[in-house]
Amino acid sequence: MRRWDRERIIPILLILPSVIAIAVFVYGFIGFTGFVSFTKWNKLLPDFSLAGLRNYQTLFANRRFQIDMRNMVVFTVLFLISCLAIGFLLAFLLDQRIKGENLFRSIYLFPMAVSFIVTGVAWRWLLNPGSAEMGSTGVNLLFDTVGLGFLKTGWFTDPKIGIKAVAIAAVWQMSGYVMAMYLAGLRGIPEELREAARVDGASEVQILWHVIVPLLRPITLGAIIVLGHIALKIYDLIVAMTGPGIGFSCDVPAYFMWDTTFQANRFAQGASIATILLVMVGVLIVPYLAYSLRKEAEV
Amino acid sequence: MTAKTLRTRWPRLLIYAILIAFAAFYLMPVYVLVITGLKSFAEVSLYRMWDLPVGLHLDSFEKAWFGGFGFEGISSNFFNSVYLTIPATLISAVLGSINGYVLSKWKFRGSDVLFTLLLFGMFIPYQSILIPLVQVLYKMGLYGSIPGLIFVHVVYGIPITTLIFRNYYATVPTELVEAAKIDGATIFGIYRHVLFPLSMPGFVVVMIWQFTSIWNDFLFAVTIAQNPRIQPLTVGLNNLAGSYIVEWNVQMAGALIAALPTLLVYMFLGRYFMRGLLAGSLKG
Repeated sequence: MRRWDRERIIPILLILPSVIAIAVFVYGFIGFTGFVSFTKWNKLLPDFSLAGLRNYQTLFANRRFQIDMRNMVVFTVLFLISCLAIGFLLAFLLDQRIKGENLFRSIYLFPMAVSFIVTGVAWRWLLNPGSAEMGSTGVNLLFDTVGLGFLKTGWFTDPKIGIKAVAIAAVWQMSGYVMAMYLAGLRGIPEELREAARVDGASEVQILWHVIVPLLRPITLGAIIVLGHIALKIYDLIVAMTGPGIGFSCDVPAYFMWDTTFQANRFAQGASIATILLVMVGVLIVPYLAYSLRKEAEV
Repeated sequence: MTAKTLRTRWPRLLIYAILIAFAAFYLMPVYVLVITGLKSFAEVSLYRMWDLPVGLHLDSFEKAWFGGFGFEGISSNFFNSVYLTIPATLISAVLGSINGYVLSKWKFRGSDVLFTLLLFGMFIPYQSILIPLVQVLYKMGLYGSIPGLIFVHVVYGIPITTLIFRNYYATVPTELVEAAKIDGATIFGIYRHVLFPLSMPGFVVVMIWQFTSIWNDFLFAVTIAQNPRIQPLTVGLNNLAGSYIVEWNVQMAGALIAALPTLLVYMFLGRYFMRGLLAGSLKG
């Protein structure tokens, strides 16, 4: 009886420090941030008198925030679609018994090891358009050299492009990750399945669409979750590469939050942006976590 | 027909052409970083940025490391990152191992729900905890210090390290643990004599993951380490790159220095790096 009690209590004691840390530093802090977003703490010294929904009203009426939300949607959609498409293409091609597969794979994946700050510094210069008087630089110069001059643009310096140029750098960094996930998935599909489809007279394209793509659906879902939450949180890359840009054309809510909170000391306003960010990530993550938990319970 | 011939139906040349074109795309920034870093100051020009350097010059690296007229180099930032990353990585790995052990081999009622609640912590946008974090660190006397940053990385590393170890220990047969229990081994004894000796690959994966993400972190660093004396490398590099008086070749050299440690880890332990990545995406 004593032993049974100890067996039950010691495991709980062992994970208790971590559980308390997460309870306080994740859930407690989220609650506090949510609370701050309803207060009047918009100067350096804390002021916890309630302001109702005023911070949110100000926020939604704010032009910068409206631009940020639009930028975030554009960035997320472009980033997701490009990473999934490139990742799948590369994984599919690498699965065709390629000589030097390891080398290719390492090249596609290495940007994952580098920080967004390094990526931002490098791509800021690569996508520096140069000027009409002094000539082109970076990728534009490369286009000139190989006779593709018509492809030249102002990249992130052109407000019409703005955040889309940042997406190029982000795709450079993360698409290899999707490749790795898909490749692992493709390796898990037994050859007999393809064989059986061929015996039934399916063409290679039909096999791709009706056998392989559906089987990879769980991986696509996992990739969307991981990439999606990275896209919603993107911050470092913008700091290092562009800053908010002309007319906030490169700005996102995460950047606006930091500026509002730690530059302008408008804590309650910053907390409202953070809360909106959290809700958006939550909408993506919570159903996925609930689904994983249920699936695990079934096993 | 064998699998081999089946898989070779796609036109080979086209496949290699596409693969090589993408390889060029991924390597392009590295090419520019390296050749620019190696150019002499006289050679450096934005309008000739794709040209190979005439000789090998390390001036840019020297300036990025030691600083120059009117700006600080990133050498002190580099060591700040080392002092920060190594302890934080070790502590998180130990915590993750304990949590993973309990949550995989000593399940109790509600432990799976608890685990899911822990996992949520790795997805949150950290903006949603920064305001109270700064306040609490300040009260704890940890704000603006390297121990403070270590603490933060350990706490917010709990979900991912627990996840990786839990999934790793799940592959260790439960019969081993049950047999040890019958022999009268305690929870600590089983960890020491059964699980821990099998844990090396798990530790390698977790430590690589934590090393990379802590070394590359910017948001916590820039929020908590406002004091230049303790700023980690990502912040130092961002300051270097954001300064109008620092030549762009020095910025490129700085970026290369900042990327080097994690790139070396990737090159030599790539296999484990991949495993961490795939674990980070849950189990699909």
